[in-house]
Amino acid sequence: MDKKLEPIVKAAQEKFSATYEEFRDEVHLFVKPEQIIEALVLMRDEHNFELLSALTATDYWPQETPRFHVIYQLTSLAKNLSVQIRVPINGSSPKVPTATGVFGSANWRERELLDMFGIEVEGHPDPRRILMPEETEGHPLRKDFPLGYEEPQFTFNFDDIDLRKLYAKE
Amino acid sequence: MTQIEEVGLEKFKHLVSERALTGETMLLNMGPQHPSTHGVLRLLLELDGEIVVNCIPDIGYLHTGIEKNMEAKTYQKAEVMTDRLDYMNTMGNNLAYVMAVEKLVDLDVPVRAQGLRVILTELQRIASHLVWLGTSGLDLAAMSMFLYCFREREQILDIFELVSGQRMMTTYFRPGGVWRDVPVEFEKAVRDFIKIFPKRIDEYEALLTKNPLFLDRMLGLGILDSATALSYGVTGPTLRASGVDWDLRKVRPYCGYEQYDFNVPVLTEGDTYARYLVRIQELRESLKIVEQALNKLPLGPVRSDNRKFVPPPRSEIGVSMESLIHHFKLWTEGFPAPKASIYSAVESPRGELALMLEGDGGPKPLRVHLRTPSFDNLGVLPQIVKGHLVADLVAILASIDIVLGDIDR
Repeated sequence: MDKKLEPIVKAAQEKFSATYEEFRDEVHLFVKPEQIIEALVLMRDEHNFELLSALTATDYWPQETPRFHVIYQLTSLAKNLSVQIRVPINGSSPKVPTATGVFGSANWRERELLDMFGIEVEGHPDPRRILMPEETEGHPLRKDFPLGYEEPQFTFNFDDIDLRKLYAKE
Repeated sequence: MTQIEEVGLEKFKHLVSERALTGETMLLNMGPQHPSTHGVLRLLLELDGEIVVNCIPDIGYLHTGIEKNMEAKTYQKAEVMTDRLDYMNTMGNNLAYVMAVEKLVDLDVPVRAQGLRVILTELQRIASHLVWLGTSGLDLAAMSMFLYCFREREQILDIFELVSGQRMMTTYFRPGGVWRDVPVEFEKAVRDFIKIFPKRIDEYEALLTKNPLFLDRMLGLGILDSATALSYGVTGPTLRASGVDWDLRKVRPYCGYEQYDFNVPVLTEGDTYARYLVRIQELRESLKIVEQALNKLPLGPVRSDNRKFVPPPRSEIGVSMESLIHHFKLWTEGFPAPKASIYSAVESPRGELALMLEGDGGPKPLRVHLRTPSFDNLGVLPQIVKGHLVADLVAILASIDIVLGDIDR
């Protein structure tokens, strides 16, 4: 671990009783869902992590507790450091609070989280799907969502295929 | 045909101002088939006369599920998907991917391969900036810029064809090195380009930089301050035009960027003109790097000889049983990666392009997340276009240099 990162990890450990893992000099801090906003504010205001580089998730299906890790990748420009905060959440009604109040970029990233993983973001100002069409059923990046393929539609079989298509069911 | 549903204002009530509900302002749809949106981007605009009150980007028209597809392929085979990501920066995407895989499995890369990677990604950066310069000129009715820029870009694409056989979807970098060594004509082709290109940049600048019509359209437009830029995760030239000195090639050197002498252009104005100047200067800096890397390029192997991850050369397969087995295992089963997650970032022409790659102990990744710079850079657009004319929105959108393939993945 980078020497400059040690006191930051220690502070987080004390404040949130967080655990951490290390792999190839990268540090992953684990915090509880209800602590994440406080942790992000602490990182941004006291330790200069100004940039939320990525916000995504990993699905560990069929494991259910925890099924998802919501991942917040933070970068500090002033100190040239990176740290990843992971929030393990369970498979039944997965939920995290919104980070839009802390980082502007969280807005679209959390919409992607909702769209791709079906993780509900509490308090999000604009909870719509972002990439998939609104009629889509299911959440494509979940491990129990089949990879599948789409049949090419031509004029002669457009309506036939439309009938059994995933998103055209109105 | 699918029933077409009328979209009511109800759905966007929380995104538009109250005046839209009374009909005082107008909602206008721009795109997805609009030439100035640089791809298939749809913008829902709330207009007061010609002034933009609110801008709601709608993305996803080019979503192809690249992340999901990559999770279903072995580490070697998933690489072809990265070319299709940001089609203006194929070499850079390959680099981001192979670096992530190399970090995950802890694989070393020979020095010559590093040098080739630097030369080709910098050429790619120039090609990408040329497309940006040409198309954003086109948006401002500077038609000739487009023709000149594509002339030079063609020369770079010819070099790519020379080394990889492909102009755009190159897949030339492979985990552990590059596909094969460059042909002998490579050096001359790059030297020709280095010789001709500085004069061409002068020509572009003579056409645009001090042109009063161009200045009228660009100055003081879409000002992005550094605090907003950082909060919205903006990176790359757009961030550097807002006064933040952050270039991953300088602060976290990879591929041996620390041995090359180059500057990171930073401006503080944060308007479209500053973003234009930063990119123009980057063209010159990238050319400097290409020249140095070409001068320093050592001879030697271009692939790691770790046979557990890199296939053996064809000539060995006929004479060595072990090589045959390695070859067979690598192309049927793939190589396993540890059950761990890494985050690896490179500086693409648009900003921080990163991969979060998580292995599960097998030959296929458990999770691939592509942190693409355009996604966040576009996210800041609604903040910087408010109060500008629709015609200026086109200039602002062009100045943040988005690629929809990069956004929608």
